[in-house]
Amino acid sequence: MRYAMAVDSKKCVGCSDCVVACQTENNVPIGYARDWVREINHGIYPELHTELRSERCNHCDNAPCVRSCPTGASHYAEGGIVKVAEEKCIGCSACIISCPYDARYIHPKGYVDKCTFCDHRVKDGEDPACVAVCPTKCLYFGDLDDPNSEMSTLLRVRKYKTLIPEAGTDPQLYILV
Amino acid sequence: MVKSRRDFIKISALSSAGLFVGNQVVKATSSVAGSEKQDSDYKLPSELKRTPTYCEVCFWKCAGWVHKDEDGQIKKITGNNLDLNSNGRFCPRGTGGVGMYYDEDRLKYPLIRTEERGKQTFRRASWDEAFKYIADKMAKIKEEHGAEATALFTHGSGGKHFTKLMKGFGSANVAAPSYAQCRGPREVAFIATYGQGINSPENTDIRDTRCMVLIGSHIGENMHNGHVQEMSDAIDKNATIITVDPRFSTAASKSKYWLPIKPATDIALLLAWIHVIINEELYDKKYIEQHAYGFDQLKAHVQSMTPEWAYGITTIKPDVIRETVREMAKAAPATIVHPGRHVTWYGDDTQRLRAVAILNALLGSWGRRGGFYMPDKVSVPHAKLPPFPKPEFTWRDAMDGKYQLADLALANGMCDATIPTSGMNRSIKGWIVNGTNLIETLPDRKKTLAAIQNLDLMVVVDTMPMEITGWADVVLPECTYLERYDSIRDSQHREPTIALRMPAAKPKYESRSAWWMAKNLSRYMGLEQYFPFDTLEEELDHELKQMGTSLAEMQQVGVKKWKRAYDDIYFKDGEAVEFFTNTGKIELYSTAFAEAGFDPMPTYTAHPEPPQGYYRLIYGRAPMHTFTRTANNPNLTDLMSENSVWVNPKVAREWDLKNGQEVYLQNQDNVVSSFPIKVRVTERIRWDSVYMVHGFGHANKKLSRAYGRGASDAEMITNVMVDPIMGGTGMRGNFVTFRFTKGEEA
Repeated sequence: MRYAMAVDSKKCVGCSDCVVACQTENNVPIGYARDWVREINHGIYPELHTELRSERCNHCDNAPCVRSCPTGASHYAEGGIVKVAEEKCIGCSACIISCPYDARYIHPKGYVDKCTFCDHRVKDGEDPACVAVCPTKCLYFGDLDDPNSEMSTLLRVRKYKTLIPEAGTDPQLYILV
Repeated sequence: MVKSRRDFIKISALSSAGLFVGNQVVKATSSVAGSEKQDSDYKLPSELKRTPTYCEVCFWKCAGWVHKDEDGQIKKITGNNLDLNSNGRFCPRGTGGVGMYYDEDRLKYPLIRTEERGKQTFRRASWDEAFKYIADKMAKIKEEHGAEATALFTHGSGGKHFTKLMKGFGSANVAAPSYAQCRGPREVAFIATYGQGINSPENTDIRDTRCMVLIGSHIGENMHNGHVQEMSDAIDKNATIITVDPRFSTAASKSKYWLPIKPATDIALLLAWIHVIINEELYDKKYIEQHAYGFDQLKAHVQSMTPEWAYGITTIKPDVIRETVREMAKAAPATIVHPGRHVTWYGDDTQRLRAVAILNALLGSWGRRGGFYMPDKVSVPHAKLPPFPKPEFTWRDAMDGKYQLADLALANGMCDATIPTSGMNRSIKGWIVNGTNLIETLPDRKKTLAAIQNLDLMVVVDTMPMEITGWADVVLPECTYLERYDSIRDSQHREPTIALRMPAAKPKYESRSAWWMAKNLSRYMGLEQYFPFDTLEEELDHELKQMGTSLAEMQQVGVKKWKRAYDDIYFKDGEAVEFFTNTGKIELYSTAFAEAGFDPMPTYTAHPEPPQGYYRLIYGRAPMHTFTRTANNPNLTDLMSENSVWVNPKVAREWDLKNGQEVYLQNQDNVVSSFPIKVRVTERIRWDSVYMVHGFGHANKKLSRAYGRGASDAEMITNVMVDPIMGGTGMRGNFVTFRFTKGEEA
């Protein structure tokens, strides 16, 4: 099992539904977010290109946050999902500093919080909240170990990139371009 | 200074006033008419883990589910998979609808304007008192001026209930700003051409389109849920998108062609497209021959309107004009020249939308797969009511015979009819305003305020303290859609469906539903006969049972589909079709317009251009906000808390503007924005225009998250270009410049 997510930047309109759906699903306090939308513009009028994409924790195969965690709170869970064990977290922020994607924040309750790929939904066979809500269906979630999954197929047929590959983290969030 | 009849009152003044009358309130509440019904107004089925609703954050009205946590608190809202408007996926505003319920700035109690020590203020009132106050004032207006001198402005589900009250009272003055400030010209243009309007949700078959043309319509930023979803499907299927917009919108960034047109010249582009499609014989000959009237007149009409002619006007190169229309023809009839939704721009909007309708006809896309489907809807059987009194006078009598082709009432017309002028016998003296913030919705704020000063009564029914609230005599706190039943949703779609809204929680504070208010007001006004049911639940169950379902079933399923009466979603090949026009045909040449003295075919007229140092103000939507309604919603404000003014880098250099710098805007009439707005320097806009998202720059301090965040485009819209055909208010003829300090008005 190797869970991964893909974002089709050809379809994303940057509406931020993924952000608010995550907040209400996971009780993320207002003012904080586990996912976010980025807009990247290139070109000079009228030759322009705009890329919109929904971003979150990359659930890296080689996660610096897990390596930097002094208490073992940050860990790999089933399917490669990178998680934080709240009760072990001392809020030292080492993981926040080590993450090249700025995917973590300190919850007002004192522990570090981040995207879980909604593993509580995934275990019931549901998609993560952001994937399930997206009006453009630009978000995909699935198992890369299964060669017949939609995720595996997408990465075979579509051009894609990953974010900050030079950090060597082996990220599992794929941007379809 | 002339003394005003009424001052704007900040609701914040009330918290202290509320303390004074606290005891009285408790006592009075217990004597509210029908208060025995208050608790049993509806039952909250505790056994339901999720309750059905349809969304009220915008007009799309997606059907979904409200989920509660273990403590019974509203937690999240998701889409209903059976719903055609949302396909089970809510948009950010629908998902963030929970914020409307939890917003601590909500209107909490009925309020009545009083004068204390020479100062106008609100005091907290009981429902009993508020209803009595309204009923007395309405009776007085009726006695002095006739029941016709009252009007209802409404937007949203509550309006239906107050409409019944107004009609029963004897007034036909009921208008929604969604007509003359938004989609009205589109409806009139399509009715003139096809004998049928577009309505909502629009019958554009985007899902199966091969080519879609967006003219100033920014799907993706306007979050019309089903359409955003279908545009995404179309992108998946490699459909060609052509976007005409002075701004590189999100949709433009998904398009094969972006035509950065000079604003206000769209009709010239449309006529040139029509010229090419006719002269290159790319139009659907069989379809036109069978269904259309006036082709020869149209052909003669557009002969001089070449792409070269349009180039000089629109700045779009002739080869691009030809190439794009050839793309449309290649994909036809699975081509949509999208009619847009907010189309009140330059006052010749009905004619622009006529050009859109005509181009679609030439492509043969009306009634064809991938073009425009023929929608169907369920008709909900309402209980038979006694006949409404026939009004002797309506807002139309104040219009001097103008705007006869308007098929719905004009909100601006009712506003005009409230300001007495020499030619008028009677003016409107009482307003009920439900769910629409007229100060920000109607253009020309000075005029709106002048009308308000002439009123004997203004009642505002809303969930939030908006700008309009401060001008009211009586404020009635409406509960949110998450706390009430409402009428059955019966909107059109590919298949007829109905959806139920039921409460997920009891109304917070002393807020109540519009139905409850109208029902109780009817008792005070002697109009009980128009509200035969004790509760809305009973009324809904009565209606649903006649349709072969029931309230109990709808509570379980939320949405129910019916089969179409006929298999007629698309025209069949060669099938005879009767159109509801004078000729029974698609009218390329409008006989109705000709009869009424308007151009039977659209022509281009030049509109004023911004003076030196000024830029045309273009406004639009952000996907996470609706109108001015959501700017204080804690969840949605978290996604976007203020607007910015988009400025081309060339303009920024000229003014030495930096990204993020705050400026004030000043328009051609020297109106300066109340608040500063941050500059966004971007290549994504032409240098002759600036752009901002509508709905920010709130001036009501009681909106703690929205007050003073960003600026209001509506405040800058003082020049109104009225559509002579149907009275729509063109709002894009306003020009702004930058100021670095607020200063005194020049």
